[in-house]
Amino acid sequence: MNLLALLMPFGIFVALIAVVGLYSLIVTRDMLRVLLALEIVTKAVTLLLIVGGAVSGQMALAQTLVLTLIVIEVVVIVVAAGIVIAVFKHTGSLDVRRLRNLKG
Amino acid sequence: MDPNLKNQILMNIILMAAMLLGALATVMLRQLVKAAIALAFTSVVLCIIMFKLSAPWAAVFELSVCAGLITVVFISAISLVKPATEEERTAHMRFKVRRYFLLPIVLLVVGCGLSFLKINPLPVIAGPEAISDMRVLLWGPRALDLLGQILVLLAGVWGVVVLFKEEK
Repeated sequence: MNLLALLMPFGIFVALIAVVGLYSLIVTRDMLRVLLALEIVTKAVTLLLIVGGAVSGQMALAQTLVLTLIVIEVVVIVVAAGIVIAVFKHTGSLDVRRLRNLKG
Repeated sequence: MDPNLKNQILMNIILMAAMLLGALATVMLRQLVKAAIALAFTSVVLCIIMFKLSAPWAAVFELSVCAGLITVVFISAISLVKPATEEERTAHMRFKVRRYFLLPIVLLVVGCGLSFLKINPLPVIAGPEAISDMRVLLWGPRALDLLGQILVLLAGVWGVVVLFKEEK
């Protein structure tokens, strides 16, 4: 019970951090800020995995999953940053509203 | 309640509040470089929380990769794109005030809703087969994850090479 009392605040804060990231993801129009918002959501998920591991007592499994998550996160961010730079070279802007080439 | 437990809960809340502030600064700061640094700060606080929750391996990776490498990638990307003009910045701030005024309300509603929600979770007890050593788990039952990670990394490297290939 003590462990749960200790870890309960984490649940609320994880939800709040995820809300910050998701809200920014929805309203922002700057491509680099979209990536920053995606990072914030990933941080919330990472923390949730660690808290889950602490609650269930399977911290080794949680750390293994976090390791995989970090690798995937880095690859996604690096490739997405490359795409953002390529799009900037092509359109001269970071605004997602300028990406209208496929608009019907 | 045990005073030691109370102090630990208070410490956790302070760390989580710092992480939430870092996340808010990341999405709200006007300059992209400062936003990237705020993201690194969020990662560092997350790393401290991981150390406190007895996850040192994940904390070290978080610190070196997320707070280090990703910040470098972001700052490189920011330096490769054109800095915003003063007009664009003013327009951006106007847009921010208009679009982000709902965020504190949403945060308040979600925070209060979750605080007053009567959640009574049952304690989960680890099974007898639970492996406590991460290295044994990573190189044993979860070895397939490593193969997946290698493939994802190769795909990432290939993607970057294709993106930045010079046209002949």
